[in-house]
Amino acid sequence: MQVVQTDVVVVGGGGSGLRAAIAVAESDPRLRIALVSKVVPMRSHTVAAEGGSAGAVREDDSLNSHFDDTVGGGDWLCDQDVVEFFVAHCTEEMTRLEHWGCPWSRKEDGHVNVRFFGGMKVQRTWFAADKTGFHMLHTLFQTSLKYPSIKRYDEFFCADLIVEDGRVQGVVAIDIASGEFFLFECKAVIMCTGGAGRVYGQNTNAGIVTGDGMGIAFRHGVPLRDMEFVQWHPTALPGSGVLITEGCRGEGGILTNKDGYRYLQDYGLGPPDPSPRPKAMELGPRDRLSQAFWHKEQKGRTASTPQGNAVWLDLRHLGAAKIHERLPLITEVAKTFMGVDPVVAPIPVRPAVHYTMGGILCNGRTETPLKGLYAAGECSSVGIHGANRLGSNSLAEIVVFGRVAGERAAQYAKAAPAGRTDTARNQAQAVETRLLGLLGRDKGERVATVRDEMHEAMETGVGIYRKAADMQTACRKLAALRQRYQHGPKLDDRSRAFNTEWLSAIELGFTLEIAEVIAHSALNRRESRGAHTWLDEFRERDDDNYLTHTLAFRTGEGPPRLEYAPVTITKSQPKARVYGGEGKYVELT
Amino acid sequence: MADKRTIEIEVLRYNPEKDAAPHFQTFKVPFSDDTSVLQGLQYIKDHLDGSLTFRWSCRMAICGSCGKMVNGRPELSCHTFLRDYYPGPLRIEPLNHFPVVRDLVIDQTDFLKKLESIKPYIIPREAKDVKDGEYLQTPGQMHKYYQYSQCINCLLCYAACPQYGLKPDFTGPAALALLHRYNNDSRDRGWEERAELLNAEEGVWGCTLVGYCSEVCPKHVDPARAINQNKVNSTMDYFGVLKLLMPKGGA
Repeated sequence: MQVVQTDVVVVGGGGSGLRAAIAVAESDPRLRIALVSKVVPMRSHTVAAEGGSAGAVREDDSLNSHFDDTVGGGDWLCDQDVVEFFVAHCTEEMTRLEHWGCPWSRKEDGHVNVRFFGGMKVQRTWFAADKTGFHMLHTLFQTSLKYPSIKRYDEFFCADLIVEDGRVQGVVAIDIASGEFFLFECKAVIMCTGGAGRVYGQNTNAGIVTGDGMGIAFRHGVPLRDMEFVQWHPTALPGSGVLITEGCRGEGGILTNKDGYRYLQDYGLGPPDPSPRPKAMELGPRDRLSQAFWHKEQKGRTASTPQGNAVWLDLRHLGAAKIHERLPLITEVAKTFMGVDPVVAPIPVRPAVHYTMGGILCNGRTETPLKGLYAAGECSSVGIHGANRLGSNSLAEIVVFGRVAGERAAQYAKAAPAGRTDTARNQAQAVETRLLGLLGRDKGERVATVRDEMHEAMETGVGIYRKAADMQTACRKLAALRQRYQHGPKLDDRSRAFNTEWLSAIELGFTLEIAEVIAHSALNRRESRGAHTWLDEFRERDDDNYLTHTLAFRTGEGPPRLEYAPVTITKSQPKARVYGGEGKYVELT
Repeated sequence: MADKRTIEIEVLRYNPEKDAAPHFQTFKVPFSDDTSVLQGLQYIKDHLDGSLTFRWSCRMAICGSCGKMVNGRPELSCHTFLRDYYPGPLRIEPLNHFPVVRDLVIDQTDFLKKLESIKPYIIPREAKDVKDGEYLQTPGQMHKYYQYSQCINCLLCYAACPQYGLKPDFTGPAALALLHRYNNDSRDRGWEERAELLNAEEGVWGCTLVGYCSEVCPKHVDPARAINQNKVNSTMDYFGVLKLLMPKGGA
């Protein structure tokens, strides 16, 4: 095993990982940084984010408005102290990205333009056409090349953490090209591994979004928080699940059922004005819109397409010029994958799993309960998303908290004592032996068989709407799948060099445990809040009993142990979550 | 899916631990009208042979991972469809001009080094504190570089470029287009720092104007245009004209 000595390991080369690495480098150029990522950074899933990133800049906007939209959007499950910090730092980070070259869309006078997103009082979303994540990621990646202390380990798969004396002291990773194991001896680790959307079958996520960092932290005793809150994005392509940005609706796009009727007015989001009204109709929050689709599908009012039921996202009234300027990517995607030109025809869309609101428990400074371990971005639960994330808060999150994580980890690493290398190496050897064991199994099932059954269990058991019996079935099924995983899977590929079947088997181990956490956390939250909604009972929010975070702890082979922890309320007492109606009309820029 | 069509896919296989030389293997894959070439490969991996090795991630032509030679042409396999090759044959190989790591996976180290070498980041024209807000940049100023900022680093242009195949030192289409992107950004004044690389034999002068790079580019970046604009700049630079015309820098 090769050993690399470093100070801070950043796991994951997406937006939060790159921002964190830059922050470490800027904090102290003497700190050695290893950026360990299972793909070359610019392939990370940040690249697929489309619509934009929040930061209050308009005269009619304020930090209070951003706070209110976020906390209300999260159905009061957000930690409000953390949201206050977050909204206060978004615009600064957006501006920094501008200084680093991000091609934000501009107004004629040269200032950055902002667009509407769902659940927002005021236009607040910075955007780079509809490729915002792509431009942010490439800007961050290219900027990171300025810092000589950032040493990249591209296509290194993080397999485990080394924990000794109650603190993190290393990372074990596989060099994918050779299949060789590496031990990174370090003082601090920042997890920036993204979400776990691939727990479900129908999702907008890249193939790499398998919750590796969550799974690793969980196995080391760090709780996963609020995992029952999974976001369905209301507008993805049927079949593939490819994302069609909320920016379409931010620019004025409308949603209709198979009869051309703007059905959202039936679900507390009306009235259906011809011009946009903030926080109403198509500019409602994602959980409500996905739920409305579910009802329409049940009633048989969705259109039937070869790829499944869908509603229509109609952009035609925006005109070709605006569509091509503001929404070039979705135009290309709709043409390529559905054969639809949005200039002349509506796009068929339906909800698909998009985002993991929960994640690795950390405080507002990104510190997890495990000393030396930090978490940022979608893999973390820092407390800003609550029960339903507001669109454009996740891109802002990765830079705001990526930076915090980098600065905190740098500070910690400088003060932390040297680790015990002998025991670290023994532990790393044990990880290698365990994972190489997967290559040698003679019987068992294909990775895809177990994975597909997990998808099925989650889609049917822990969906947009939830019932006790279905969730119980999912819990049983997932326990059985974990058992089967213990005995399998059997791999066709026994080679070491670039063995992606082996890696997907390791990933499957993480996703199975995360799926089980989601199912149990959902079953035990007997209320409806945000994206966690019961169908036949517990249909109301229950602040007396559930204004709490769910904490799931690993128990080994069995289901997770659940605990509950208070939510931090600073200035916004829970009240009814109301959309539609009162907002004023707006002129779109 | 009522569609029962199948297509035979011939895939290049090479495992450095086992194979002395690359060879082709044929798989029969069911498909419907919306099955991408990538999904065809995923079908093989999930159901027929888990050892088939290829890169992929986003499935929507933005991450740049899944470039392959499809019937001899560089393509993103996620937005190329099996229906268009029916009834076959369909041959999938790793991208041309790169060393093969395994099966369809190429070694992209050389490209990454070239990307790093062109200083692809803003070298500011004037220092500005974040507290003082953004640099102003009109849509017209943005237009000068915007197209060249669309590159997803998928490497199709390198696989298309005959010069890169012959002279691997050539900086190549994507990296030179990105260099052009930064040189043309009103916030940047790094053109002098990038000039040596641009003007070198391995820089824009390595290009022989074939233009196939722009033809295969899935994002319409048009690297050939970027390179050939810089041949003009490079010539002017050689004669000192650029410095005379634009004493404060910029192109």
